[in-house]
Parts: sequence; structure tokens; C-alpha cells
Amino acid sequence: MSRGFQGRRREEGDSGRVPPGQYLVDDFPVLSAGPTPHTPLEEWTFTISGEVAEPKTWTWEEFRALPSETITKDIHCVTKWSKLDTVWEGVSVDTLLAEVEHDAAYVVAFCDGGYTTNLPLEDVSDGKAWIAFGYDGEPLDPEHGGPARLLVPHLYFWKSAKWVRGLRLSDHDEPGFWEALGYHMYGDPWREQRYWGD
Amino acid sequence: MAGAAVLGRLTWQLCEVAELVEETPQVKTLVLGAPDWPGHRAGQHVDVRLTAEDGYQAQRSYSIASAPEEGRLALTVERLADGEVSPYLADVLVVGDKLELRGPIGGYFVWDGEEGGPVLLVGGGSGVVPLMAMARHHAALGNGTPMRLLYSAKRLDDVIYRKELEELAARGDGFEAFFTLTRDQPEGWQGFGRRVDRALLAKVGWPAADDPHAFVCGPTGFVEAVASALVESGLSPGRIKTERFGPTGG
Amino acid sequence: MQDMRLDGNAAAGDLEQIFAFEVTTAIGTCANCGAVGAVGGTNVYAQAPGIVVRCPACEGVLIRVAHDGDSRYWLEMTGVRSLEVRR
Repeated sequence: MSRGFQGRRREEGDSGRVPPGQYLVDDFPVLSAGPTPHTPLEEWTFTISGEVAEPKTWTWEEFRALPSETITKDIHCVTKWSKLDTVWEGVSVDTLLAEVEHDAAYVVAFCDGGYTTNLPLEDVSDGKAWIAFGYDGEPLDPEHGGPARLLVPHLYFWKSAKWVRGLRLSDHDEPGFWEALGYHMYGDPWREQRYWGD
Repeated sequence: MAGAAVLGRLTWQLCEVAELVEETPQVKTLVLGAPDWPGHRAGQHVDVRLTAEDGYQAQRSYSIASAPEEGRLALTVERLADGEVSPYLADVLVVGDKLELRGPIGGYFVWDGEEGGPVLLVGGGSGVVPLMAMARHHAALGNGTPMRLLYSAKRLDDVIYRKELEELAARGDGFEAFFTLTRDQPEGWQGFGRRVDRALLAKVGWPAADDPHAFVCGPTGFVEAVASALVESGLSPGRIKTERFGPTGG
Repeated sequence: MQDMRLDGNAAAGDLEQIFAFEVTTAIGTCANCGAVGAVGGTNVYAQAPGIVVRCPACEGVLIRVAHDGDSRYWLEMTGVRSLEVRR
């Protein structure tokens, strides 16, 4: 133990809102697996593809014309920080999924820069997930995933893929970038599912 | 190969703070007692790990400032305003405290002195730390390798090791030190007074035809700009070694 | 400009837990673009759930390392076509 070391300001969770093993933080740490992409909005598209009757693509204008909402959520990173009451603006993934005919059980979110993450389809449905373009009342900063990121607050935040460009629907669960390298396929912070075998 | 670089598994070891030296108001050197220290090479670093009472851990890398010949482990740490680890190392640690670390690490950003010269060292802010280990090693070797340090700092008060660098440069053993102050310069300042750019590098550095080795260290933005400028001026990319400290410069 | 980008050195601590040789001086060939260089000269992104080592020429992923904070490491090197090591 390092005498007198406190570290970043944090509190342990006993408030019932902080999952086991997590610390609360005030700032918003930036984690990245690669260079920040900078796709111009004129070139940006969002696509739902894979196990669908017909793939569907939205341009930025079409995407921003969809109904969106402001939501306040707690977020939990596998590196142990949690941040409460984060405010986002985004389009519910339900709105996007409603425009494709599908029978799939799983999705893989794919992103600029090559990052991917996998989820069961039901975890991005029924009001559990958004494609978020705003944070804290401002357009989402590129270092936090702007112009748009996937937001799935009930799972560890590596599933909330930054710089998302679409969802590929699948009938099987395919490990994404971190899931292929030891991180849990599902990632429920309340069951502390950080790594394989947890 | 000079200085044992221990291969295989690195283990965390507990060292004791033997001495604390204030280099500048923002920068402190920690001299550590490490009984099982295997020795190191100039340019290597250690990983330091701190553990709070509740088990929370934070880990950072720090370049070794001491030369291999000194037989001791010294780390120079810049206190970052909103840092998590550096304020603890610079302000809370006292002589006798224990510090957990592993190392020495790194075989790429090292200068042993056998490669020949000339050598250009370019450091921004606390990026001068591993370069200082190289400068101290150069003095200990005494083989006359031409070596120039270009050190960029904001103000004169921010220049770490200033007196020692001037002394090393006065030895006439092939080492020269150049300073550039980018924010403000004192009256009568004889050194440079602007950001490191291609022109400044051309003035201070070796011509590409001399095929120098270059070591560039400091904040990521600084290092990438300097490395690009060196490549543009004709230096072989393979002779340019970089150590980027990240956004805040370590 | 990518502020978070570091050098191969930044991965050395974790990689040395896995390899028996000094990794940063090993010469790798990028499976994506064919660029050849020392692991020490790569771009490393270490502020993540794991460490990602990328090719300085094409930013393709060369090596990834994850650690569960305890005794398990995961290593993936499909981005490295070959690695030349000197003992």
C-alpha cells in the first residue's frame, strides 16, 4: 500500500447505482484503441445489414431527421470508473430497427477505424440503446465518439461503440474487438462480467 | 551489451525513497534504493504502481534519469496540475516511503554509446529526462561521441538540470546543449526563443549527410512534429527513435 | 494529431510479461500493408481496456494485449505477418 495515496477523486458504490468493483468519477475519461477518425458528415452513413431482408442506409441528414430523445443514464466502464447521470441525445435503435425486416438474434456494431462489438439483439431493443449524437447538450466530441456512437448503458461501456457506422445482424454471437481478446461476450456490470469465465 | 537488460518476466519490486531533489518548482527527482536493481541502459523507463487503502491502483511509466554508471535509480517527475500519480510522487512521498515499480523496460529507445555518432537529442519539457540519462552516460563513457541536445521549455525556470547541462557542455568531450524557451525569455537571453521547427533543427542538428542518430522525447504532439521535421530534412526514419509521453507530457 | 498515441515502449511492460525476449527491438512485418519496422517504433494506444499496437505506416492493428489485472493475459498478433528476433 502506498502511504497517503488517494488517486483520482472517487467514491465506492453503496448508493445502489454503482455496480460492484466500480468507482465514481467526475470527469469523463477518454479511452481509445486507435486514432480518432474524422469522417466528414457528407460522407457519413449508418447501415443496418446482414441477416435482413434488405439492408438500409441513412445519410447524416436522414439520420438527424429521425425522432430523437434526450436521456439521462449512468455509465460503467470495465476499467472500473462509473459516471452517473450522463445526459445524451440520440435516436433510439428501435427507430432504426423498425425500418428493416429481420429475424436475427445478434448484432455486431461496426465503426470507423475497424472497431466492433457484439450484442444480443434484445439488448439494443425496447428502449435499451441509442445512436447518440449529443452529450451534455453539445454535439458529441470526436474523442468521445462523435459524430455518433452506440449507447448501451446497461452493459459495460466498451459495448457503446464509438464512431459507429452500422449494425450487422446475425443469427449467431460473433465476438468483437475486445470480446475476442478476453473480454466477456455479454458484459453485465451488475454481475461483474468483465472477462471470459466471469 | 552494456548494462543487463533483464529478459523474461518483469516482477514488481518495492523500493525505498532515499532522497528527494527539487529540480524546478514543478519537478522533483526521486532517488530510490533498489537492492535487487539489475542495472539499466540510458533511455529505459520503469512502471510505477500506487495502491490506495481501498485497493484502487494507478500505474504510470517514468523514464530513468540516472546514467547506468551511477549504480542508482533516479526518476525525475513533473507534477501535472490535474495528474493522479505525479502530484503524489512530487508532493506526498518522503524519504523512507516505499514505492512499487517494475523495470528497467525498453530496448528500443536506448543509447549505449557503442553505435557511434553523431547523436541528436531533442526534448520537450519533461521529455528531457531519458535524454539526460543519455547525456550523463555520454560523460561517463568519455569516448568523445559528438552529441547535441536541443531542449525546449516554456521558461527558464522550467529548464530541468540546467546547471548540470551547462557543466556537461563545458567539458569539451563532444557534448553540446542548446536551449529554446518558447513562452518567454529573460533579459539578455542568448539561447533560442521559439518552438522547435525545421529551421531550428537545421541550425542545431547534424546535416542529414552525417547520418546522425536522433532521439526525440516529450509530449506526443511535440515529438510527432519534430520527428516529421527531421524526416523532411532528410534524416533516415530508421535512425529516429521517439518516446511520446502522451497529451500532457508525462 | 493524435494526442493519445504513444510508442512501442509503452507496450513493453506488458509484453515483457508474456515474451521471454526484449520485444521492442524485434522487427515486425505488418500483415496489412507490409511495412517493416521495430516494435519500438509502432503507434501504441494504451488508454483502453487493453493495449493496441498499430502500424506507424497504415495504423493497422499489429498486436493487442489484454490483462485481467490478475494472472491472465490475452495476446493477439494476427496483424504481424512475421517477427524477427535476435538473441
